Parts: sequence; structure tokens; C-alpha cells
Amino acid sequence: MYNLIAITTREIKAYFTTPSAYIVAAMFLVLNGVFFVFDITQPFAEASVRGVADWSSFFLIFLAPLITMKLLSEEQKLGTMELLLTSPVKEWEIVVGKYLASLVMLLSIQFATLYYVLMMYVFGEPDTGPVLSTYLGLILHGAAALSIGVLGSSLSSNQIVAAVVSTSILVIFSFIDKVAAIVDGAPAIFLSSLSMNNRLADFSRGIIDTSHIVFFISITAIFLFLTIRSLETRRWR
Amino acid sequence: MIEVKNISKYYGEFPAVTGLSFNVPKGEILGFLGPNGAGKSTTMKIITGFMPPTSGTVVIAGCDILENSLEARKHIGYLPETVPLYQDMEVSEYLSFMGRIRGMKKNAINSRKFDVIELCNLQDYYNTIIGKLSKGYKQRIGIAQAILHEPDVLILDEPTIGIDPIQVVETRQLIKSLGEEHTLILSSHILPEVSMICDRVIIINEGQIAAIDEPENLGNNLSGVQRVEIEVKGVNKDILPVLESIDGVQNIERIPVTGGAYHRYHITVGIGTEIRSKLASIVLDNNWELLKLQSLGMSLEEIFLKITIEEKQTN
Repeated sequence: MYNLIAITTREIKAYFTTPSAYIVAAMFLVLNGVFFVFDITQPFAEASVRGVADWSSFFLIFLAPLITMKLLSEEQKLGTMELLLTSPVKEWEIVVGKYLASLVMLLSIQFATLYYVLMMYVFGEPDTGPVLSTYLGLILHGAAALSIGVLGSSLSSNQIVAAVVSTSILVIFSFIDKVAAIVDGAPAIFLSSLSMNNRLADFSRGIIDTSHIVFFISITAIFLFLTIRSLETRRWR
Repeated sequence: MIEVKNISKYYGEFPAVTGLSFNVPKGEILGFLGPNGAGKSTTMKIITGFMPPTSGTVVIAGCDILENSLEARKHIGYLPETVPLYQDMEVSEYLSFMGRIRGMKKNAINSRKFDVIELCNLQDYYNTIIGKLSKGYKQRIGIAQAILHEPDVLILDEPTIGIDPIQVVETRQLIKSLGEEHTLILSSHILPEVSMICDRVIIINEGQIAAIDEPENLGNNLSGVQRVEIEVKGVNKDILPVLESIDGVQNIERIPVTGGAYHRYHITVGIGTEIRSKLASIVLDNNWELLKLQSLGMSLEEIFLKITIEEKQTN
């Protein structure tokens, strides 16, 4: 546990003292802001975060890998991985420690979007329930997306490769409902149940379904487990 | 302290290390010598537990590196070939982090950090971002992190590579002093360095131990002869026949000297023949002036070439 805290703190510090995280955060917030403005200035616009949440979860496909890509791949490139793996630290402590740091980074970016919510409360009367459930959905989705990003980062010492691999996995998980729509029967049910977009839609309607929560947490756990395994097999390569 | 038991490592079909065994007792400085790609770094990565061997095992301070890995790793300080540094951290921050992941308590880190920084001469760079420092200082930070948690065993992979001559001298002194408290393995392809620092040398070639001995013994045992260098002022025509007539001399080589009124000879004799006192008295008897008289060990370069080339021939 002591090791995990050491790794998380170091990583959080690295996020907030290097420019790259700020650039990524700024890009995300600018895009989000632009679409929030489009959404809110439409005729008969409603005071809800649903529109901006849709875009936010779409941009997350690119944001999450950008946040996580350096976590393990940079360690491999710099050779510091050799140091971590020869210290009395367990693999899961490295992976979870780094994952938690990326989660803190993502949450602080998402925290900045609360500014939109504030604007809506100033100029309108949004329904508080769906706003909260939407944010719960966004956080769960973000947590799952980051775990996929961490796996990508463990696979290559090249950050670009890491980001592309995790973006691809995320695209599949997000848009698999489109595939589900053209098949039918059991495969359709299976594929649409894998879709992150389907589940997010419920959250932004104000529905908090336990199965959705379990889904996102399971995805997170599975991908973190795979990352730990991937790190362990690095020793054997 | 370190027991390496018959380790082999294959990268796919390629054998990097085959059947390596040796022991390093407590307090010894062991040098790994070998050409590039001989398996030095691979062996070190196996000893530190970064990479498991294909077969065989390593025991460090009584802990098996595979079965009791975490416990064994606590005893190790390791400086890999590429110095592993987080470029965007300050020196003191980096050392604190390294201390923490080795399980040191905060107070222990804070007091030990200053000792280490002083030992490695990093006082002026305490709060400098690592990425801005020169190669030599980075190397020192690498050594600092390796000794921070006072490990029993230190593994240094080419610790003096890429630093300037003055710093090399300082770093060697540092390593030598570390050897007093730690059991130390270091690899190098700089031969004089190894003979200067190490108590014992292992020469590795093509993944196998080609020779293992103390630096001085390596030379004599291999060549079967010893050599003496002598510098004398006088006339060469007179000197050479006299030297040749000495009992036990197998060969005399005249070494050209530029711009001096003296002559230099390398005299080869069999092992166990002490010729130096006889030489001195002959010089005196003939009224020559003696400038230099010393025993020449076989240089490590020669040993090294001899071993690695002989291996190829027997293969």
C-alpha cells in the first residue's frame, strides 16, 4: 500500500508539473465548450447536460488514451521500468498506482466542466437528478476508458502506438451497438450489452441501473487485471 | 552473499548466457569483463530479478530471486546500463521516491538522502531538474539511488561509461569505497578499470565464463611466462649480449625509445625465475646507468584478447 501511494503521488505530481497534461486538458475543454455553446444556443434548447455529455463521452475516446499513454510506455522507454521491477514493489501496485493517478487527472478535467452546469443553474432551471446521474455515468465511463488506456500503455514503449491501440479498443466498445443494430438474435443482445454508449444514454436520462454500474466497474477491473498480466509477461519476453 | 547457480538464458533460439555459475562472498568486488554482447547485462538483469533465467537460479542473501523475489530484491541496489531517471523530477524528489518504493520510512529517507548526496558529490544540484544535468551527474544520481537504501548487494552495469576522465577517476574511487561495505558486482569493458577496482574478475565470452581469477593472477597463469622491463643508459651493442647471456632468459625485445639516450628492453623469463636483482648487479658491474627496472604483468587487454581469441580457435 505504501508503495502504491508513492507511485500515485509521483505520477500525479508529474501530471501537474509537465505541460502535456495541460495541453490535453485544454484541448478537451475547448472542444467540450464549443459543443456546449452549440447545444445551448439552439432554438428551444433545454437546460440539461445531456447534449454536452454525449460529446464529452465521445471525446473521452481520445482523451483517455492521451492521459494514460505515457504511464507505462515512458517507463519502458526511459528504463525506469527496470528500476520499478527490481525494487520490492508488486506489479499490481505499479499498475493500480498509476491508474489512480490518471483517474485523479481525469476527474480534475471533468471537474472543470461543472462550470457549464453552473451556467445552466444561473440562466435556467435544470433538473438536478439527471445532472447528477449523467456525471456518475461520465465518471464510470471515464474510469473504464482509463483502464483500457493503461493496458495500451503497457503494450508498447512507444506512446503513439499505446494511444492508437487503446483508442481502437475504446472505439469498438463505444460503437459496437451500431453493429448490434444490423444483426439479430442472441449476437445482437450480446453486442449491444457490450456497448458503452447504450449504457451511457440511460445515465443521461436519469436512470441509474445497477447493471450499468457493474458493467463499467467490471470493465475497469478486467483491463487492470490484463495490464498487470501484461507487465508480468514483460519479464518473460 | 550472491550465489549464481547454473543459469542459462535463451532469447528465442539464441543463447545469451549458458550454464553460468559463481559465488560472490560478502564484501567482495567482482568485475564482469567481456566484449559487447557477451552476456554481461543479461546476467546482471537475471541477478537483480528483472528477468527470469530460462534455467538455473540465483540466491541473494539467502533469498531465492524467483521464489522469494520481493525479499531478495530488498537486498539489491541496481544501476542498469541506461541510467533510469525521471527527467522531469528534481534530484531530491527522485531520491525520496526511490527510497519510498524501497520501503524506507520518511525519517530514514530524509537523513540518508543527505549522506548519499554528499557521498556522490551532488550537493550543488539538490534541487535541479534531472533532465538538465550532464551525463556524468546523471550517472552519479544513478549510483546514489542504488546505494540509498543501504543494500547488501550492489549491481552496477557499466557505471563509468560516458563520463569525462576526471569524473571517471572520482567515480572509481567512489565505487572502490562502496566495496568496503557492500558486496559489489560491476561490469565494464574498460580493462584497466576492472583491474584497478576489483578483487576478482570474471571474463565472459559468448555467454560462458572464459576465466575467473584475481586480476594479477590472470596474466601469469595464462601466459606461463613473466616479463621484466629495464631501461638503461649505455651503448646498445654492449648491453644486448650481456643481457642475453643471463641464465633463464627466454627472449629479449628491444623497445624503441624516441629522443632519449637510453635503451628499453623487455626480458621474458619463465615463471618463478627472479631476475631483477641479478639485472641490477649486472648494470652496476658494467657501469651503466639504471633508469627503470620493473616486472611487467600481462596487461588485461592482452589476457582478454588471448582468452577470447583462443576460444574462437578451439571452437
